[in-house]
Amino acid sequence: MNPFTYSRAGDLDEAVREISDNDRAKFIAGGTNLVDLMKANVMHPTHLVDITRLGLSAIEETEEGGLRLGSLVTNAETAYHPQVAERYPLLANAILAGASPQLRNMATNGGNLLQRTRCYYFYDTATPCNKREPGSGCSALNGHNRIHAILGTSEHCIATHPSDMCVALAALEAVVRVTNRYGERAIPFADFHRLPGDTPHIDANLEPDEIITAVELPPRGFSQHFKYLKIRDRASYAFALVSVAVGLEMEGDTIREARLALGGVAHKPWRNLEAEALLVGNPANRETFKRAADRIVADARGYGSNSFKIELARRAVVRALNEAAK
Amino acid sequence: MSNQSATITEAPKTAQLPRTSIVTLTVNGEQRSLRIAPWTTLLDALREYLDLTGTKKGCDHGQCGACTVLVDGKRINACLALAVMVDDREITTIEGLTKEGSATPDGLHPMQAAFIEHDAFQCGYCTPGQICSAVGLLKEGHAHSREDIQELMSGNICRCGAYPNIVDAIEDVKNHQPDRA
Ligand SMILES: Cc1cc2nc3c(=O)[nH]c(=O)nc-3n(C[C@H](O)[C@H](O)[C@H](O)COP(=O)(O)OP(=O)(O)OC[C@H]3O[C@@H](n4cnc5c(N)ncnc54)[C@H](O)[C@@H]3O)c2cc1C
Ligand code: SF4
Ligand code: FES
Ligand code: FES
Repeated sequence: MNPFTYSRAGDLDEAVREISDNDRAKFIAGGTNLVDLMKANVMHPTHLVDITRLGLSAIEETEEGGLRLGSLVTNAETAYHPQVAERYPLLANAILAGASPQLRNMATNGGNLLQRTRCYYFYDTATPCNKREPGSGCSALNGHNRIHAILGTSEHCIATHPSDMCVALAALEAVVRVTNRYGERAIPFADFHRLPGDTPHIDANLEPDEIITAVELPPRGFSQHFKYLKIRDRASYAFALVSVAVGLEMEGDTIREARLALGGVAHKPWRNLEAEALLVGNPANRETFKRAADRIVADARGYGSNSFKIELARRAVVRALNEAAK
Repeated sequence: MSNQSATITEAPKTAQLPRTSIVTLTVNGEQRSLRIAPWTTLLDALREYLDLTGTKKGCDHGQCGACTVLVDGKRINACLALAVMVDDREITTIEGLTKEGSATPDGLHPMQAAFIEHDAFQCGYCTPGQICSAVGLLKEGHAHSREDIQELMSGNICRCGAYPNIVDAIEDVKNHQPDRA
């Protein structure tokens, strides 16, 4: 790791001030992604602001009847919280499908949103990578790209966002609460992460001097009909090749409302509102599910080693919908 | 050197910063003060400064679990934790496990005794991490079956493949000595 200085912020104002005053400073929460990337020499902040004692560590009801998840609550505490487990089992399952118990005890909700891609070339500082070094090129385009994106890619970057938690948050239409020097703002989950376009070095629509304070879940949790399906190279402790988060509301055999988000396929959790609309009002059967799945992968493009993901995603969507509808 | 101008070239900003500070860690019930740089991980602080070499370094990237220790009773990967960030927490390593609960007549933690009884290791490199992780797992209380134990021990890789015996050992402690886990 490169040398850096360290301070522990006592309150939110201090945290925001310290980050605003130094453009090479970074927040550190659980450290599970940042410390790893600093060891790999991919990120080299010169100052770390420890935000673990800010007291953003509560899970509480919102006025609208939803749930506010403090950004410093750990992934483990979130997944096992009785309200989350009962009302938002889709989120609990997605979190528990990710990383390991040790890592989930360290990882925070804010850090999970901002974890960076696992693209091999992003980690390998000897190779060109537009995300790590803007303008240097993308080694994955014509390289090893088995784990890479098939949707929403650009000629500049085909990396995926690796989070499981975020796929469920996208399906649940969570809202990200943020504080900066001027006050607060709320970012709908769909607008939080970005597509690579020609700025793949920017993962999210969050300014460097902004801090995530909470993630808010709307009242509707789809706790009757849901599924988080994660497909990976081994049964546990591996990132998703493709994952699918589904939340349905059913009336008999008819789908009344549908949420569908995919992980492992794009630079952000992937939703396709047209595909969701194809489900609503229709009977929960294979034909309906296939129509939605076909719609999603109609836009997909493979880059060689990852082309298998197109058919994998199609089948995963059908299976997840089938299991959620039961 | 004699012809120096009045302007003094400063060292780069980072070079002027204090590199080390005194951090007091509570490890296995004892307070230990050490002078460390902020980039010292908890794993390196334990092994290189405090001579507690029971905690192992496998990957140094959160991928293997060899460095698992308990912080405030929760299992974490010491290789991804900065020592400066845990100065006010209770850290328990394999060396201090018996202080966590009651020891067997041999002075072992019940989980250590079960690992021996079930032959739950070969080379032993992953073992301290496996044992700390297993103690953390039972405290968490989310494992209700053998399958749960397997899933919730997935953060600990064993290159020798001692997995079936590791799960046997944990099941044994879970089923027969729940109060001592
Ligand atoms: C071996 C391994 C396997 C993994 N497997 C999976 C997996 O299968 N699925 C999965 O989803 N994840 C996986 N992860 C990733 C893990 O979930 C993330 O590393 C973790 O969620 C990051 O959270 P953190 O609190 O540790 O973040 P940190 O490392 O502390 O921070 C990450 C980034 O977020 C910023 N940040 C943190 N909190 C805030 C805040 N409140 N406001 C603004 N900025 C903030 C930091 O500045 C930093 O840039 C894995 C990680 C490892 C090491
Ligand atoms: S896919 Fe993105 S992260 Fe990977 S090498 Fe290309 S630019 Fe870098
Ligand atoms: S050494 Fe920490 S997880 Fe491998
Ligand atoms: S006993 Fe050798 S690695 Fe587990």
